[in-house]
Amino acid sequence: MIFGYPLLSVVIWLPIIFGLLVLATGNDRNAHLARVIALVGAVLSFLVTLPLYTGFDRMTSAMQFVVREDWITRFNIHYHLGVDGISVLFVLLNSFFTPLVVIAGWKVIEKRVAQYMAAFLIMSGLVNGVFASLDAILFYVFWEAMLIPMFIIIGVWGGPNRVYAAVKFFLFTLLGSLLMLVALLYLHQQSGGSFEILDFHRMAMPSLSAQIFVFIAFFMAFSVKVPMFPVHTWLPDAHVEAPTGGSVVLAAIMLKVGAYGFIRFSMPIVPDASHYLAPVMIALSLIAVVYIGLVALTQADMKKLVAYSSISHMGFVTLGFFIFNPYGMEGALLQMISHGFVAGALFLCIGVLYDRVHSRQIVDYGGVANKMPVFAAFFMLFAMSNSGLPGTSGFVGEFMVIMGAVKVNFWYAFAAASTLIFGAAYTLWMYKRVIFGAVANDHVAHLHDIGTREKIVFAVLAVSVLAMGLYPLPFADIMHASVNDLLVHLATPKVLN
Amino acid sequence: MNLLASLSPVYAEIFLLVMVSAILIADLFIANHTKTLTYLLVQLSLLGCSLITVATHQDGIAHLFNHMFVDDMMSDVLKLLVYLSVSMMLVYSRSYLLMRGLFTGEFMALALFATLGMMVMISASNFLTLYLGLELLALSQYAMVALQRDSAVATEAAMKYFILGAMASGFLLYGMSMLYGATGSLDVNRISQVIQHGAPNKTLLVFGLVFIVSGLAFKLGAVPFHMWVPDVYNGAPTAMTMFIGTAPKLAAFAFVMRILVEGMQPLMIDWSGMLMILAVLSMAVGNITAIAQTNIKRMFAYSTIAHMGFLLIGVLSGTIEGYGSSMFYAVVYVLMSLGGFGMIMLLSREGFEADNLNDFKGLNQRSPWLAFMMLLLMFSMAGVPPTVGFYAKFSVLNAAIQTGHITLVVMAVLFSLIGAFYYLRIVKLMYFDTPESHEKINIQPDSSLLISINGLAVLALGILPGTLMTVCAVSVQQSLLH
Repeated sequence: MIFGYPLLSVVIWLPIIFGLLVLATGNDRNAHLARVIALVGAVLSFLVTLPLYTGFDRMTSAMQFVVREDWITRFNIHYHLGVDGISVLFVLLNSFFTPLVVIAGWKVIEKRVAQYMAAFLIMSGLVNGVFASLDAILFYVFWEAMLIPMFIIIGVWGGPNRVYAAVKFFLFTLLGSLLMLVALLYLHQQSGGSFEILDFHRMAMPSLSAQIFVFIAFFMAFSVKVPMFPVHTWLPDAHVEAPTGGSVVLAAIMLKVGAYGFIRFSMPIVPDASHYLAPVMIALSLIAVVYIGLVALTQADMKKLVAYSSISHMGFVTLGFFIFNPYGMEGALLQMISHGFVAGALFLCIGVLYDRVHSRQIVDYGGVANKMPVFAAFFMLFAMSNSGLPGTSGFVGEFMVIMGAVKVNFWYAFAAASTLIFGAAYTLWMYKRVIFGAVANDHVAHLHDIGTREKIVFAVLAVSVLAMGLYPLPFADIMHASVNDLLVHLATPKVLN
Repeated sequence: MNLLASLSPVYAEIFLLVMVSAILIADLFIANHTKTLTYLLVQLSLLGCSLITVATHQDGIAHLFNHMFVDDMMSDVLKLLVYLSVSMMLVYSRSYLLMRGLFTGEFMALALFATLGMMVMISASNFLTLYLGLELLALSQYAMVALQRDSAVATEAAMKYFILGAMASGFLLYGMSMLYGATGSLDVNRISQVIQHGAPNKTLLVFGLVFIVSGLAFKLGAVPFHMWVPDVYNGAPTAMTMFIGTAPKLAAFAFVMRILVEGMQPLMIDWSGMLMILAVLSMAVGNITAIAQTNIKRMFAYSTIAHMGFLLIGVLSGTIEGYGSSMFYAVVYVLMSLGGFGMIMLLSREGFEADNLNDFKGLNQRSPWLAFMMLLLMFSMAGVPPTVGFYAKFSVLNAAIQTGHITLVVMAVLFSLIGAFYYLRIVKLMYFDTPESHEKINIQPDSSLLISINGLAVLALGILPGTLMTVCAVSVQQSLLH
């Protein structure tokens, strides 16, 4: 409580309270009021997170802005919040995206506006809770609660096959979460009655087999969210059917939650199992990078293409984690943030086109640049960043992960680097077919360029992508101490043999 | 005078008995067909009971009538919850029953007699009192289900309920007589002592135990003794279904506690294995069969079966922690069930039962608030935080993990995933689909206020579950201190 008030509590609850306020505006007669309150709430919620960055002590890996109250004393569960150099970035990223999502849905969403805006605000608060929780049950509550608004968002405002996608999304994630709950209860028993994540980090886990079971339970929860290779199938469905805002939040935030789980739970709690199973994790990551990259190449639906590209990029993140060196780890974290900006921006771009033409198929477009030059320029920047062009944010993380991978095994790096080709291929080929060439049909001929509202959103994202690409130090700087601490922790075996 | 003071633990029961008799007579003179006065009297009696129970509460355990009757913290807490649940059930069902001409004095008298039966069950410490309370409850329930004389479905349900219920009672009696043969006593605490210190015939004892567990499983509706549940839930008028599905589960929990835990703790190793089979089967059959249902009352029936399986997990852990978590589960289950059935009645109209899943289609467009309440209830039943249903599952699973039942916990978790599907389907129908009818929902102020409180309670208790958990745990703990 640096400023004399529990900053993290405000960061979590302010958007939720605004969400409820928006909900209270009722039906669509007050749609405009709902939009305005939502925007004010989203912007305010972002502004209150800024002191987290400015007031953050970069020298220490300890938890900061800690709030700790008794919650459920019977089970020794606390309302315990705090951020370190890793989680603080994601709280910021999440709060940064909420206003953008609200603005992106400003005109497009016409039915049940209040519920739409409220769902996003509430989800934003819950996601902040996930990143800031230091108590395992508190984490679990936020983690699960976040499913509810997303389920509604996909199911109510999504595309034609939305029900299937929403239910699949929910059940896939719930399966993993429930097994994680079993692992948490087991850890609770082993630790002698604590639910503190930091106690879990420190406690002994002497038997490797027990560690492996815990790892697998966590893996089920986190790999579904990331998503990693064999359990990724919900993501393209969910992305395609979700409304634009939903896709943005899914790609920019939700996927990060899974990866965050690996570094907050799996790796420090069961380091030996992490080492033991690292080859499997690396293999799955590389399959995601290469195979899913190839899958992306064949997509005819733009949203599906970006969805597969997300899976492929997230493969980089898990690869970076499980090679256990500073380059890999920091690269992976930077990649997560960059992917948030870029994938979010790409989904917004597709949203812009979809709002005008009502199609996501690449073949329905062509020659868009003739009609929407400003849009084409922004789209170009994000596409380049997605394919890892130096100078954009997409490059930094990928480069560092590849550099880290070289140190471990040349072939890991070789396989991972293939994404520089595939990524460029699928992104730029899509870009070419959609944007360049002659005007393909009447729909495209009647396109009008983006308005001020959309320009603001894209400009903000473009600045972020460039800034991070040209000068990543502020991002890397803040996570440094925590990453080092994590690596030291990982290098210390809990099993003695 | 001294006698009167010594009777203080049963004041509530005596008061209720007097009130029911008075209401039965008074009702004859109340001509008004809405029966407002009777209704108010009934609610007042329940309120009176709660005041008396609170006022006569004392620390420690008081035995009465030659150890036939016990008053401890668990019984007081459970009784208060039973009053609350019966009273809520009456509020929910008033307009529903009025529209069907079933809101009669007899109905209310039966409800109160059933309440009395539950109170006796909860406070029984002798097999005879237990059986007495159980039969008083059961007979009132049979009659309540049969109250709708002109409905063939309801009559059939009543018949099935009666026959299977009678069989279950037979099982129980048979088991009790065997235990009596083995131990020479019907007193719960005495039996426990004899098993521990004496040398009763083990075969006879376990044989009796099997019958008792079967009887209990019948009453709880655990698989494979669950056959009556779907038919009765489906056939009975929704108000009666609500009654059967709520407060009696609290009494049944007390019943399990008194017989198995207080009476046969030394045989835990035996009954815990039996309960495990019941629990796994109930969760499996309940959750999987519920998916195939199109009638929401039937779906709730199977969901109840699954919930009972979960509840048994806490009991079979065999720790005070576990019993406390089961009690918490029972309380939470009752709260959610009340809301669920309340919603069905709220959406029903004269001559129309909203008991088909499709009747929930597009509820969000017809009434966003009701849809939101139902969403909370459904997510709570599925055990998704931040609703209280999560903590119910959480505490039960935690108790099981503490005693090393990891396989059981993983199975429970997987079945609850299957369960999440059909609860999710209701949310899907309400939010994602368009309504089949735009008929205005006939909202009664009292029941819609209550459903709001009910839904929000599920959320509020989910955010701050600590107090209720502690109350349950402490009351179980207190009652097991001998």
